[in-house]
Amino acid sequence: MSPQNKTHAELADKFNRDVERVNWHDQTLWFVREKRDKAAHKIAEWEQLREAASQIKNNVLSNLHDYLVEFEQNALRNGIHVHWASNAQEHNEIVHSIIKKHNVAHLVKSKSMLTEECGLNEYLHQQGVEVVDTDLGERIIQLANEPPSHIVMPCIHWKKEEIGELFHQHLGTPKGNADPQFLTAAARAHLREHFLTSRVALTGVNFGIAETGEFIVCTNEGNADLGVQLADVHIACMGIEKIIPKRNHLSVFLRLLARSATGQPITTYSSHFQKPREGQEMHIVLVDNGRSERLASDDFRNALKCIRCGACFNTCPVYRRSGGHSYHTAVAGPIGSILAPSFDMKKNADLPFASTLCGSCTNVCPVKIDIHDQLYKWRQVLVKNGHTTASKKVEMNVMSQVLSHPMIYKFSGSVGRWVMRTLPFMVNNKFNPWYKQREMPEASTTSFNSWYQNNRKA
Amino acid sequence: MSSRDKILAALKKNQPALVELPVLNFAGNASIDLKEQFTKTLTGIGGLVIEVNNWKDIVKHIQSKFPKPDRIVNRVAHLNFESDGLAYSSEISNKPDQQAGQKSDPHDFSNVTVAIMKGEFGVAENGAIWLTDKDMGDQALPYICEHLVLIINKNSIVPTLHEAYEKIGSSTYHLGTFLAGPSKTADIEQSLVLGAHGSKSLIVFLIN
Ligand code: SF4
Repeated sequence: MSPQNKTHAELADKFNRDVERVNWHDQTLWFVREKRDKAAHKIAEWEQLREAASQIKNNVLSNLHDYLVEFEQNALRNGIHVHWASNAQEHNEIVHSIIKKHNVAHLVKSKSMLTEECGLNEYLHQQGVEVVDTDLGERIIQLANEPPSHIVMPCIHWKKEEIGELFHQHLGTPKGNADPQFLTAAARAHLREHFLTSRVALTGVNFGIAETGEFIVCTNEGNADLGVQLADVHIACMGIEKIIPKRNHLSVFLRLLARSATGQPITTYSSHFQKPREGQEMHIVLVDNGRSERLASDDFRNALKCIRCGACFNTCPVYRRSGGHSYHTAVAGPIGSILAPSFDMKKNADLPFASTLCGSCTNVCPVKIDIHDQLYKWRQVLVKNGHTTASKKVEMNVMSQVLSHPMIYKFSGSVGRWVMRTLPFMVNNKFNPWYKQREMPEASTTSFNSWYQNNRKA
Repeated sequence: MSSRDKILAALKKNQPALVELPVLNFAGNASIDLKEQFTKTLTGIGGLVIEVNNWKDIVKHIQSKFPKPDRIVNRVAHLNFESDGLAYSSEISNKPDQQAGQKSDPHDFSNVTVAIMKGEFGVAENGAIWLTDKDMGDQALPYICEHLVLIINKNSIVPTLHEAYEKIGSSTYHLGTFLAGPSKTADIEQSLVLGAHGSKSLIVFLIN
């Protein structure tokens, strides 16, 4: 049901027709953003942690070849089967071949944006294998036959009454019951059955450790663990950029991840899988799917540092007021908008324009990805490649319809930069209705400026 | 050329010049009351922390919390539910370790009301407890039980994850986990609900 051939602006326009819903969506996400702030402000060394995380990731990207070889060696020594997939198709085929070998037609899966990226569920469905998503939010949208609208909170766009109705239809809960506690209990019972009868469990991976050959999966619900511990076969799918060099680097990333994502001090479960348990088969599928190519680009490499915390979504005024499905890609939001064009420039030409370039995403990103700079750079690339008509139209629409406030133009592009530098009081001022909902970027960073200057000359 | 070689060749060609790893120089504040911070943090994320003086107190607490459990699996040899006339009528498995080579079927634990096991240590900043498969016995147990009870030494609490990973060092395990609170979800309109797929509650006993 993913919306085909519609631009972000057209889809956002649809989303915006229900004003009350948009406000609710906006406020819900803003609430999560505030929780993130509270958690971050409790850690005195927060900024140093971000810097360390960023530097570790920079090191990883500069030495990915060796780290992957080291990871493979150690994982093999631990008794894990290691597979390599160049692209989505190969990833799907590998997963299917493992399932086929065990002769099952049913598996449980915990959240993995990589499998969304690869379209695994659809592929397996065509092969006659039923995938049951076990994260509550993912199960909800799976029952509704929808893609996730947020990487951390997949059904953030659903109201509880709608979920109550969905569960009434699919799980037979009483009509009209929309109590979250009750609905969660119903989902628990429904999915427990699937956990107990699945011989194969698939998970994503948050971090792979080169030094030890182990991988880490973080969840709050315990669905990844329960699935894996009850199954004979554990398949873990991991983008090659998820490697970090050493186990103790996890201290930096795990301190940042949940606090950035939801404001929790840590996820309920941070499971370190080093060896298969006795009698269990463990597989890891390492997936490239365009990552190695992106690594060559000085401008866009940084997007590979992403740890998928979702903070940039929650803070983004455009995301909050346009909804995840407007982005028509597996990963929505600011990070999705800089990842998607490299997969398909033509189809995703509108996404880098779905932003005010306010820089709030960059400011909250725990690994310091220069998200808004990359959005800007993508615009240049897209214009150069002749994708202008769609893009221009989109920009106008986003600005006027999604945000509908004239002040917004001041933040866009170089004008915004100029305002920030020259008239900071104008923006850092409570009379600016926009200010209260974002962390103001520092006045133009040198990296942005120097890049901008160079590009203007070119 | 295999996909493996293709990917590795592309990485070698495309990765930028080597950027050095940073020197990690983080340390938590060890002068604060670690027990207090741990308790406060874990309580804030839905756990219950009880400090006790002896093993008998733990037995008493468990019995008052769970007067009629269907099934308890206890993996801590120090706890003796049969003595003191406090015996449960329910089955209590007092076998701390699986026999070598004897494979348990994790599905057998699907009706466990309460699972009791030791944790290695706690982390004050996030209320997490580190435990490994050696503590769990069957790796499904801490996730499949309805209520989880963990026991840690009150002097084992470290300030942050930096000290935690120092402590873990290069030890090996099948499964190691930081477990922080009962399982939870906020997927329905951001309303927090405890007991998503894992345990519905977590009690942590601090003992000397
Ligand atoms: S780009 Fe940064 S803020 Fe956005 S999801 Fe990735 S790590 Fe989080």
